[in-house]
Amino acid sequence: MSEGYSFAYLDAATKRMIRRALLKALAIPGYQVPFASREMPMPYGWGTGGVQVTAACLIPEDVLKVIDQGADDTTNAVSIRRFFERTAGVATTTHTQDATLIQTRHRIPEAALTEAQILVFQVPIPEPLRFLEPREAETRRMHALADYGLMHVKLYEDIARHGAIATSYAYPVLVEGRHVMDPSPIPKFDNPKLGDCPAIQLFGAGRECRIHALPPYTRVVSLDFEDHPFEATKAEAACDLCGAETSYLDEVITDDAGGRMFCCSDTDFCAGRRAAGHLGRLSEGAA
Amino acid sequence: MQTQALSGGFADPARDAAHAFRACLQAMARPGRGQPIPGATPPAPLSPAAGAVLLTLVDDTTPLFLAPGLDTPALRGWIAFHLAAPICAPEEAVFALGAWADLPLDRFRLGTPDYPDRSVTLIVEIDSLSPVTARLRGPGIATHQDARLPAIAPFVANRARYPLGFDCYFCAEESLSALPRSTFVEAL
Ligand SMILES: [Zn+2]
Repeated sequence: MSEGYSFAYLDAATKRMIRRALLKALAIPGYQVPFASREMPMPYGWGTGGVQVTAACLIPEDVLKVIDQGADDTTNAVSIRRFFERTAGVATTTHTQDATLIQTRHRIPEAALTEAQILVFQVPIPEPLRFLEPREAETRRMHALADYGLMHVKLYEDIARHGAIATSYAYPVLVEGRHVMDPSPIPKFDNPKLGDCPAIQLFGAGRECRIHALPPYTRVVSLDFEDHPFEATKAEAACDLCGAETSYLDEVITDDAGGRMFCCSDTDFCAGRRAAGHLGRLSEGAA
Repeated sequence: MQTQALSGGFADPARDAAHAFRACLQAMARPGRGQPIPGATPPAPLSPAAGAVLLTLVDDTTPLFLAPGLDTPALRGWIAFHLAAPICAPEEAVFALGAWADLPLDRFRLGTPDYPDRSVTLIVEIDSLSPVTARLRGPGIATHQDARLPAIAPFVANRARYPLGFDCYFCAEESLSALPRSTFVEAL
């Protein structure tokens, strides 16, 4: 581990400040706690909020997994993983089941999480009402009054215009019947995993200086209407590499002639299925 | 007394605080469930658990109310050396430390509608986390969790103010449990 850094990069006073914010966030699920975000040795957009939350939570015995849109091997995921190997000396893994702390950008793993795990989300814009109301004082007031009429009007306008709610990422949720929360830009396919989850879920927005949280087993409901119930949609296909029919799929263009394939966005899930002998349409040896 | 003030902190501050914080995090995330939190040896009568919570969360930016039963020169010296936290009146406290009966609940900050997080965290010394006296439900709890609480009615009233309210740690020897404002409490 590098000399000259305190454990996991951040100094003691910064860690105490972030830790206090995390505990208040857990005490008020879905409410955004302001914190004094620090400069990190990586640009905004690279998950500085998630990195600060992870740094405040890590213990030396942790096994860390970092995913970027489901993949362990993107530049962003690799660089964050190396950062914590270097500054905290923690072990890392790509296997969801082996991880004690998972930092994620824009996905929840396919494998069911456990009570022994913490999931840390990187969040670009934590305020679900921001696109309706740019003024912070106003959105804060709307949360204080639980005045979410504008959000429902927006979703209903989607239905009037598109015949369905068009929002497919960062789909807003109501937490414990009180606070509307942005779950970060996960696909709405992942929304049902937010509620009643055995793991602790923590959300860090670095540029916007906000932390929010979901304790385990929290009631989380995706906003919808009686005549247009919420649907956790995915591409209507199976993974071309492992044949999975229930996982969230990425569509990949394979050649200039418009060839395309579907594959699991969760690369560890897909690799695990292939190792267990599952085949997809494009697998070697598949019919 | 001088040497006592200087001792009793974490032996390996960054790593011991990381472990202690994980205990605080797990406790606040899973109300009523006891967590081990070793590593601190503050002056008597303060429990090691309460000492570890203080060392992990309290500093010169977080005014601390010290309840009468714990307001001793030895503890003031230890707090001044290890935390540098200003000792304050209940109305200004970010943290409050004491036995349940010594904490003036009606004087603490409960947050504001715009900022419900700007509320006190109570660090409550109790003799033991068992036997259980209350049944808890709410966020962090799959069905229900039984726990020992020093009272019932104040926590029912605290939940009724949600999302305003205070949050509590209960400390006994080297263990702690937590009760956030979000928990529904009934007597067993
Ligand atoms: Zn697959």
